[in-house]
Amino acid sequence: MKRFELIEHTADMGLVAYGHDLAEAFANAAYGLFSIMADLGRVQEKESRQIELKEDDTEALLFEWLNYLLYVFDVEMLLLKRFDMERFDGSGLKAICYGEKYDPSRHRLKTGVKSATYHMMKVDRENNRVQVILDV
Amino acid sequence: MATWNGPLEKIDDYRWRIPKSYKQGMRVPGIIYADADMMKQIRGEQALEQVANVAFLPGIVNHSLAMPDIHWGYGFPIGGVAAMRVDDGVVSPGGVGFDINCGVRLLRTNLMKDEVSSKMKQMMDALYNSVPSGVGSKGKIRLKGGELNEVLRNGSRWAVEHGYGRPDDLDSTEENGEMAGAEPASVSGRAKERGLPQLGTLGSGNHFLEVALVDEIHEPDIARAMGINEVDQVMLYVHCGSRGLGHQVASDYIKEMVRAMAKYGIDLPDRQLACSPVKSPEGQAYLSAMRGAANYAWANRQCITHWVREAFCRVLGIKEVDAGLELIYDVAHNIAKIEEHQVNGQKQKLCVHRKGATRAFPAGHPEVPGKYAQIGQPVLIPGDMGRASYVLVGTEQAMKETFGSTCHGAGRLQSRSAAKRHQSGRDVLESLQARGITIRAGSLAGLAEEAPSAYKDVSSVVGVAHNAGISKIVARTRPIGVIKG
Repeated sequence: MKRFELIEHTADMGLVAYGHDLAEAFANAAYGLFSIMADLGRVQEKESRQIELKEDDTEALLFEWLNYLLYVFDVEMLLLKRFDMERFDGSGLKAICYGEKYDPSRHRLKTGVKSATYHMMKVDRENNRVQVILDV
Repeated sequence: MATWNGPLEKIDDYRWRIPKSYKQGMRVPGIIYADADMMKQIRGEQALEQVANVAFLPGIVNHSLAMPDIHWGYGFPIGGVAAMRVDDGVVSPGGVGFDINCGVRLLRTNLMKDEVSSKMKQMMDALYNSVPSGVGSKGKIRLKGGELNEVLRNGSRWAVEHGYGRPDDLDSTEENGEMAGAEPASVSGRAKERGLPQLGTLGSGNHFLEVALVDEIHEPDIARAMGINEVDQVMLYVHCGSRGLGHQVASDYIKEMVRAMAKYGIDLPDRQLACSPVKSPEGQAYLSAMRGAANYAWANRQCITHWVREAFCRVLGIKEVDAGLELIYDVAHNIAKIEEHQVNGQKQKLCVHRKGATRAFPAGHPEVPGKYAQIGQPVLIPGDMGRASYVLVGTEQAMKETFGSTCHGAGRLQSRSAAKRHQSGRDVLESLQARGITIRAGSLAGLAEEAPSAYKDVSSVVGVAHNAGISKIVARTRPIGVIKG
């Protein structure tokens, strides 16, 4: 199964992420986000961060999940590539995220992402698919 | 991409109307500034639907406006202008965007093309090394505890008082680079964590530093008042914003306002338009945080200006006083402001959202610095990195029609992935070099995304703004050196 696909948007960039369940689609959306920002091939799973979030609904959770990861990247320069969902209930999640600090001698950064947006956001519960537009 | 098939009435060669009857819930009609050719392209995407959606926002007056660089954004269109009554209207963080006070400044020099052209390689290397750029770039400034709050309150003044730039720079900056009503306590801890290491960085995306030459002077007297004297004079542009701090402020308050909308009984076609009454606690908190982020962005451009001056003079082996390097002006093009405008013949206090739009106040307006009182506020419109950029001034017509606003750039034509399919970063680099433009870029992929062909021709965009009378063309510049983050 494809993990995610990029979709066209004039000024920005969108991604659609897939999974066997919504939790996996959320994990794949995070993977897609970091794939836009960096070449993940040479990123190793050296460090981990536990992230716990609680929001009002699934859309708000998706918005917060991706924006929280952008905050972690900005502050720690941490490139994350594996996202294990320990708990996911549609409005809250607990995830262990693995990756390593950006090292300019080994890693290549690509496109900067400013934020995940609510615009055209879709949470497809039947097909375990989420869509989000990113401001780049 | 789906074509927009909604109703569009041609008003004249440069104005189009989306009638209020298009969608139930629109409070005002939409007005779009464009010529017929542009309109064909604009209809090819969903930006016009966004103009209609903005017209749903409570308290909106006159029209939901789109400038000629309109393109499909998220929530608001890019190039969108909307003014809401302060008394019973709303403020929408999505109407400002994630990059709060993304803006552009222009410096003039006393130098001519011949004095720099043989040194452009060293010049661009020196600028590239002096100004941190790229994805997640960190700055050279180490803010001590509490200093970030001063940056949020005092903006450019903080920078000048700490040795970054000249006192005169403040007078040449919109809001003097220090917007009143900023409240650091409204800015979240996360936003501050992101802001601490990033002050004095360019960032990535469409942000840039550009060395340019004056190419054409349309209004010699007005140009002279800005220190733009002759063709081939060297100029410098800085384009960047509030970095991660601004992005975090925007997402924090969008989240909060999504939650608050039910409380205020507001229902909108797109969650990204989330808003709260201007006078509500949420609205006031957002505005005070946004002003802090705007001040951070002005301090950011001010620090960068200082390093640009140092690097420029070092490479040429001249003193700053001989180089000139005076700031002509600095404009914000993603911002919300409380301003007074005429609505139905009466002065009203409005919350004017400019998202990818530039303030364009006329001669004599109290917000225009004294030295420009006779000519109007300078308006800076960067184009793509291969063609041209423009200097304009604000007009009375803009006050009448667009709450004193005009376009902000060329406007994208192609998505980033389409741009990359179209041309490789290497091709873009080579074609720009062949045109005599020295390029330094953090990534080749980023360069491909920002290829000139991905943008509308800025000359036609500015032409519409000029012909519609919402600003007046003063001069054109062309790039000879560009740094892309």
